[in-house]
Amino acid sequence: MSALSARSLRKSYGELEVVSGIDLEVQNGECFGLLGPNGAGKTTTLRLCLGLTRPDGGSIELLGEPVPARAREARARVGVVPQFDNLDPDFTVTENLVVYGRYFGIPTKSIQARIPGLLEFAGLAGRGDAGLQTLSGGMKRRLTLARALVNDPQLVFMDEPTTGLDPQARHLIWERMRRLTGEGKTLVLTTHFMEEAERLCHRLAIMDRGRIIAQGSPRALIAEHIEPQVVEVHGSGYEIWAERARTLCPRVERVGDTVFCYAGDVEPILSSLSGDKDLAYLHRPANLEDVFLKLTGRDLRD
Amino acid sequence: MSLRWIAVWRRNVLVWRKLMAAAVLSNLADPLIMLLGLGYGLGGLMPAIEGMSFIAFFAAGSLCSATMFTASFESMFSGFSRMHGQKTWDAILYAPLVIDDVVAGEIVWAASKAWLTGSTILAVVAVLGLAASPLALLALPVAFLVGLAFSAVGLVMTVLAKGWDFFSFYMTLVMTPMMMISGVFFPAERLPAPLLAVAKVLPLYHGVELVRPLMSGSWPGGAALHLLVLLGYAAAGYGMAIVFARRRFSA
Repeated sequence: MSALSARSLRKSYGELEVVSGIDLEVQNGECFGLLGPNGAGKTTTLRLCLGLTRPDGGSIELLGEPVPARAREARARVGVVPQFDNLDPDFTVTENLVVYGRYFGIPTKSIQARIPGLLEFAGLAGRGDAGLQTLSGGMKRRLTLARALVNDPQLVFMDEPTTGLDPQARHLIWERMRRLTGEGKTLVLTTHFMEEAERLCHRLAIMDRGRIIAQGSPRALIAEHIEPQVVEVHGSGYEIWAERARTLCPRVERVGDTVFCYAGDVEPILSSLSGDKDLAYLHRPANLEDVFLKLTGRDLRD
Repeated sequence: MSLRWIAVWRRNVLVWRKLMAAAVLSNLADPLIMLLGLGYGLGGLMPAIEGMSFIAFFAAGSLCSATMFTASFESMFSGFSRMHGQKTWDAILYAPLVIDDVVAGEIVWAASKAWLTGSTILAVVAVLGLAASPLALLALPVAFLVGLAFSAVGLVMTVLAKGWDFFSFYMTLVMTPMMMISGVFFPAERLPAPLLAVAKVLPLYHGVELVRPLMSGSWPGGAALHLLVLLGYAAAGYGMAIVFARRRFSA
């Protein structure tokens, strides 16, 4: 049985269809990523799956419960890390966890017994009595993660969990997320960071304009949608060089003052560059970001 | 709805306990200064009203209006801050609660806080010897009911509000005039008939009509009707708050 499945899910706000018939299947114990530019419908999809918003069409099953009909029962076994922290500013770290646990009907004593473990997990050991104002942004994010685990959930939704964090804090969150999947929990993650998705997600779906436009493991998506090698070129005279590059490599893209060359074999490109002092280049393997930009386009989104 | 609303209520109790000094001061100092200042100062110049001293008359009005203000401020300003500013309601809704539970927890909490204001004023009034009858104890449940009515109506304003300014309309156009025509400072029967008719469809009038006789030791006339009106406001307010809150949160 899958942890989460959605069929033909639709949701409109007024004239605008935000989610236009998507199908999702998240297996137990995997980290599943939902990627997409701003406004792609990721957060609305999460809200639909949690039963916080009624779909206009389609069906959802979360941990075996039909949603929204039995969303309350499903949410009892689910954790949520929202995009924006909404911790209780008047409470200490511990009070935040105790009060949140009560929403799940967990007796205060049982919550208190779980707190040292949760604080250790969040890297907040010894900070239980700290007021919320004294915590850094990264610490608040980790406390939000601990709060999402207070009911020992089987599945955790994480909406952009590392947005705005410094690299240290981000790596700690990633390490904890791997620990959670190691413990058999299912994670459903939305993110803009392709590196994050590539590192953590077993499978992912790329969403754009309310639809899923690609789905699979990060490696499979790269193999399927993009040439394995990339050369990025910029510097004076790049326009003229770009015209030559089109004869040397199957796919060339110009974005601003940079030329992207995608190919299986980049030797002709590299040798054409080797004599040119004005052009700087970077040769690297193709990654998920290349796939993402190819599929969703390079236009700015609001 | 489920009993999970109690967890919402307990959350607010915990915040209140942590910030108690400021909360108690603002909810009690104002009405007590008004009661003592107007009651003894202005009241010393005034003849007896309905057979009682002005301060004894005003005590019941003061209890009800202070309860109204506490309930309204808590459900509107503090409620809006939790709902809109801190996004506390969003966090609660990830848990196995629905918006109906949150609305119920908020209303009962604001009524509890209002009850605390009302009952403290009753205690002060009793110490001053202005509520000697044991019947005055029945003002306690009435104060809770007044609190529920105003919390429920206040929360309707909260779930409709787009910003803080919205509450000024309700306070200036509804609460202040209501306080003037509901028999808080002078007998409502002295009002022109149309104004009295307006007062009689508003909840504060009915709270005052219950509390004043109870404080002076007599059974209020038409008690059932007064209770029904207060209960009606509480129930209708809860119902409307749920409808608008669902619209706001589960769209």
